Amino acid sequence: MGIDNILLGFHVAITPYNLMVAVIGIALGTVIGVLPGLGGANGVAILLPLTFRMPPTSAIILLTSLYWGALFGGAITSVLFNIPGEPWSVATTFDGYPLARKGQGAQALTAAFSSSFVGALFATILITLFAPLLANLALKFGPPEFFAIQMLTFSSFVGLGGSDPLKSIVSIALGFILAAVGLDIVTGQLRLTFGLTPLMTGFDFIVAVIGLFGIGEILLSVEEGLKFEGARTKMNLRVVLDTWKELPRYWRTFLRGCFIGFWMGFKPGGATPASFMSYAFARRASKHPENFGKGELEGVVAPETAAHAAGVAAMLPMITLGIPGSPTAAVMFGGLIIWGLQPGPMLFKEQPEFVWGLIASMYTGNLIGVVMVLAFVPLFAAILRIPFAILTPFIVLVCAIGSYAVHNNMIDVWYMILFGVVGYVFKKLHYPLAPLVLALVLGDMAESALRQSLIMSQGSLLIFLRRPIAAVITLLALFFFVLPAINTWRRRESRLHAPVAPHGT
Amino acid sequence: MRAADIATASILMLLGVVVLAEAIRLGFRWGPDGPQSGFFPFWLAVVVIAHTAAILVQAVRKHSTEPFASREQLRMVLTVAWPAAAMVLFTHFIGLYVAGAVYLFFYMRLVGRHSWASVVALSLSIPVATFLVFEKWFLVPLPKGPLEAWLGY
Repeated sequence: MGIDNILLGFHVAITPYNLMVAVIGIALGTVIGVLPGLGGANGVAILLPLTFRMPPTSAIILLTSLYWGALFGGAITSVLFNIPGEPWSVATTFDGYPLARKGQGAQALTAAFSSSFVGALFATILITLFAPLLANLALKFGPPEFFAIQMLTFSSFVGLGGSDPLKSIVSIALGFILAAVGLDIVTGQLRLTFGLTPLMTGFDFIVAVIGLFGIGEILLSVEEGLKFEGARTKMNLRVVLDTWKELPRYWRTFLRGCFIGFWMGFKPGGATPASFMSYAFARRASKHPENFGKGELEGVVAPETAAHAAGVAAMLPMITLGIPGSPTAAVMFGGLIIWGLQPGPMLFKEQPEFVWGLIASMYTGNLIGVVMVLAFVPLFAAILRIPFAILTPFIVLVCAIGSYAVHNNMIDVWYMILFGVVGYVFKKLHYPLAPLVLALVLGDMAESALRQSLIMSQGSLLIFLRRPIAAVITLLALFFFVLPAINTWRRRESRLHAPVAPHGT
Repeated sequence: MRAADIATASILMLLGVVVLAEAIRLGFRWGPDGPQSGFFPFWLAVVVIAHTAAILVQAVRKHSTEPFASREQLRMVLTVAWPAAAMVLFTHFIGLYVAGAVYLFFYMRLVGRHSWASVVALSLSIPVATFLVFEKWFLVPLPKGPLEAWLGY
């Protein structure tokens, strides 16, 4: 049965039209990944309106290819320009940029792209094997289980996210509050509109993503007065082949990166810690840990494998449970709803062509992606040599168009500017943005799951502990929520640190 | 940084209070058929107020002399923010394509000080390309103004 499904998927993914869509998606995605202020999440958000008229399968292939492209693009800026385009490429700069400075940029990039590919391939194989099983399990879930899983999603931001736990919780609650603005779908009452007509339709998370990540990021980068000083690189087949001969030596690092990436990746916010963990493990296991940070190829392999495996793994909860694992997955999740599909376990029963086409396109997309970026690195790197005063207004204009096109409504463009300023302030004050966006996307679903659960139990919160699956998930979620407090308490006990809660770093 | 932290936390707390008041107005208890409309917002507001209070305490205790943004940084941010807001405002009257062209033109010329030729070429070609992609190719209509009407769109 499994083979049939994946063959069906390839049948869908390898049509000339869908292959063309994948190529366009990867090219655009790589550009987006290289450009400052445009990352995977808002790139996908801006292009979403263009997919409204496409068949859903081609649309999701376009958006996922864009995402793979953005992941590859992030590696280019990290290695050549020492600018991590995304938080999970920070660890790639540690050794990637020193290598580029030593004139080995081409080797570093080859290693980065190849490791990305290996990580993605590994995660895709695991998704192919486990997604149907997980979806089958999820079919048995009721509202209490779904609410518990959503709590687990948000608790992992608090417990593992790395930002100030207090600020993470505030971000989550704000996202849920923004989601509640407008019509209450259960009772039909208007909420939090204060009699203002524009507020009646609520806040669209696509606009929030474009504002928070796009405009906010632009404001942050102009503040730093960015000047791009990139290392030049010459890419040719010989370097690529020579590097490939060297890479099998690091098979342990690859394997570790794959597992860490996948394990961390299907939990929200997992890609960044995964890349750092993989880097740290590689350094610890290395015979020459002192070379790390000075331009060690293994130091590029480790974080890139894990980050890309995690990026792909973030798709798993979206298609099986209906819960996006990252802001980018959240935008795709929104896309699914707009295209008239219900994200979640029913996809495997009702839309096998869509879901298997998507999974098959993960194989084809990453393969096309690695070939394209290897072939066109100089072209993509040249984008960063465009003067900033040309890039900035262009990106702002693109963001404005994307926000408008979601609902053909000017108020959304104003919201975009507003979210941009909020994103800038929040970023500077270390309020995490990803949980806010996820809460905004999942708000309605989480609320109705909670209300339905409470109706089932006549108002008793114990329902989340009485059902076995829900109980396990709820307890895990509670553990993550209190984890920062436990850590603070333990630190205070051992008197290693100052007796205050950890400040945002 | 400390002042900005305190200000932001206070604003968010105020927001929490507003939401709380609204939730109480809507009713946050058990209605005839389950939790009332204000039930979820009520608890969210409580969470926001409690946690912003904790952030406030943290921020007040912390001593930091690092500014939120230097004068120069703030100036750079405003040179992006104001023209962008102006473009959005003008879009209401002259459509997105013309407003976009004007915005690109002024930003590249006044902030970037690029040559007239490249500024004119870019600020015309980008909106035209956008027009072709959105209106013609993907059939996504964007706001249009008098110029497009005069051209027959």
